[in-house]
Amino acid sequence: MGMNITEKILAKASNRTKVSPDDVVIANIDKVMIHDVSGPGVIKVFELWENKGIKLEKLYDPEKVWISEDHFVPASDKVSANNISLLSKWSKKFNVKKHYKYGLGQYGICHTLSHEEGLILPGELYVGGDSHTNTSGAMGALAVGLGHTDIAYVLMNGKIWFKIPETILFKLSGKKPDYIMAKDIILKIIGEIGTDGANYKAMQFSGDVIEKMTMEERLTLTNMTTEAGAKNGIIEPDNTTYEYLKSRTNEKYIPVYSDVDAEYSEIYSYEIGDLEPIVAKPFSPKNISVARELQGIELDKAYIGSCTGAKLEDLRNAAKIMKGKKVKIRTEVLPAAQSIFLKAMKEGLVNVFLEAGAIVGPPTCGACCGAHMGVLAKDEVCISTTNRNFPGRMGHVESKTYLASPLVVASSAINGKITDPRDVD
Amino acid sequence: MTGKVIKYDIENIDTDVIIPGPYLKIHDHKELGKHSMEGLDPDFSSKVNKGDFMVTGKNFGCGSSREHAPIALHESGIQAILAPSFARIFYRNAVDGGYLLPIEIEQDIVKKIQDRDELEINLNENKIFNKTQKEEYLIKPFPELISKIVSAGGLINFKIEEQN
Ligand code: SF4
Repeated sequence: MGMNITEKILAKASNRTKVSPDDVVIANIDKVMIHDVSGPGVIKVFELWENKGIKLEKLYDPEKVWISEDHFVPASDKVSANNISLLSKWSKKFNVKKHYKYGLGQYGICHTLSHEEGLILPGELYVGGDSHTNTSGAMGALAVGLGHTDIAYVLMNGKIWFKIPETILFKLSGKKPDYIMAKDIILKIIGEIGTDGANYKAMQFSGDVIEKMTMEERLTLTNMTTEAGAKNGIIEPDNTTYEYLKSRTNEKYIPVYSDVDAEYSEIYSYEIGDLEPIVAKPFSPKNISVARELQGIELDKAYIGSCTGAKLEDLRNAAKIMKGKKVKIRTEVLPAAQSIFLKAMKEGLVNVFLEAGAIVGPPTCGACCGAHMGVLAKDEVCISTTNRNFPGRMGHVESKTYLASPLVVASSAINGKITDPRDVD
Repeated sequence: MTGKVIKYDIENIDTDVIIPGPYLKIHDHKELGKHSMEGLDPDFSSKVNKGDFMVTGKNFGCGSSREHAPIALHESGIQAILAPSFARIFYRNAVDGGYLLPIEIEQDIVKKIQDRDELEINLNENKIFNKTQKEEYLIKPFPELISKIVSAGGLINFKIEEQN
């Protein structure tokens, strides 16, 4: 029996010819990411270890490490400012060159930079100090989120233990209807398998829908595999991947593909020809309805932001709906990276948003995790292109968040209530 | 290992309620402990006692990778969490950081254990004895490597031991 792409990457990284689900391996890591939340957490772990007599003298390979500032930037208060300053000193001391600082050229949400900058490549084993590290699996890499202790261990030793996950294969076929985005597809899948439907497992996507899908849309799928509990989401690399990377990096890579006789623990087939725009209701991404069933739900705010829903194509889709119209509720648009902001401006998208009455803000995680820049008040209701709607996720525990595609969120902003994009005149 | 039970018969308790987003910028462990479970039960820190076991529904700790979650629970006194399943990053963080034990038990055992029951957990025999109800339950054993990390008290201690 052959291996699937996830197994092959882990086999290669642990110098084995064959691995099977449930094997535990120690694997070498190709790339590591920390940000302004996990970074200071990791530094804290190093302090605790130092008290035990284990001192970090140097990183296993500073070239393989990169840092983003995204959650609490531009520094939201003194504590965050101190964290960012701590991180800057640390990256200098340990010689990390790839530190994307806000206000200093390219910066943005870590999972967006990972693809915008071509930092993660096909066949690589990548770990990040953030649960949505899964996003980069769309590049044909094995991308896994870890906590502070594990990341500290990797930074010091260049390796970490992994249990080989079982893989669920999702075969997506059919003609994508107008107004349907990858967000609708992944919400539909999570609605069916649940928030622990892929716990400890890999979610691999394939089929003619994927073959035709753009890189940015693929990234929305893998991003939200985290919401199904998956260890990783992954898509085999193809010409779309290689073309996307060509303009972004000269770094060499060796793509990995699943064997034809690879094994999967389950195979789900989805026909998406009849899919309708989907919305996930509070307080879980699995709590889905079709948008039309919720029409009429009054909203206070629309949020177009985050690693899930503020890539260039997301902004293009939102602008398509908002062009020449006015928003009826507070609307915030936060491009996910400086480079995307710039492209959105050159294409005239920023004008569309501003003329519609929305505000356009600097790239930041900000309101996505209820941190700053547009946090929700008690009883406020928001529709958002983000990925989570747990109680308190975007602000007060008694606020409510509906999750949807940029098309649905923009349509709802125009109407002031939940709206299917097909119903906007 | 003995302790009393604090029970939340709820599934999918996520990291946003274990330690809400605004506290992510805090890295002082004691301070994090004060806000443990704030999103679900604002009275949690006054209810919990050192050495308590938390018993909950499946998929505990889903959501983000924040290590703040097991740190906050550990600081508030929790020494183990008993649930039918855990979200994978929470599980790794709990074990590798050596903060607390994520112990997997069957769903029907969650139903049997009551709030404030006194339990004795025996990891060598993979058994729980409920002293209050005089009942014995089985726990799902840790895989070999994880069991070693658990006995060492975390990944770094495990590494130290490996080197010695
Ligand atoms: S945008 Fe939201 S989901 Fe993405 S990394 Fe930031 S906080 Fe996490």
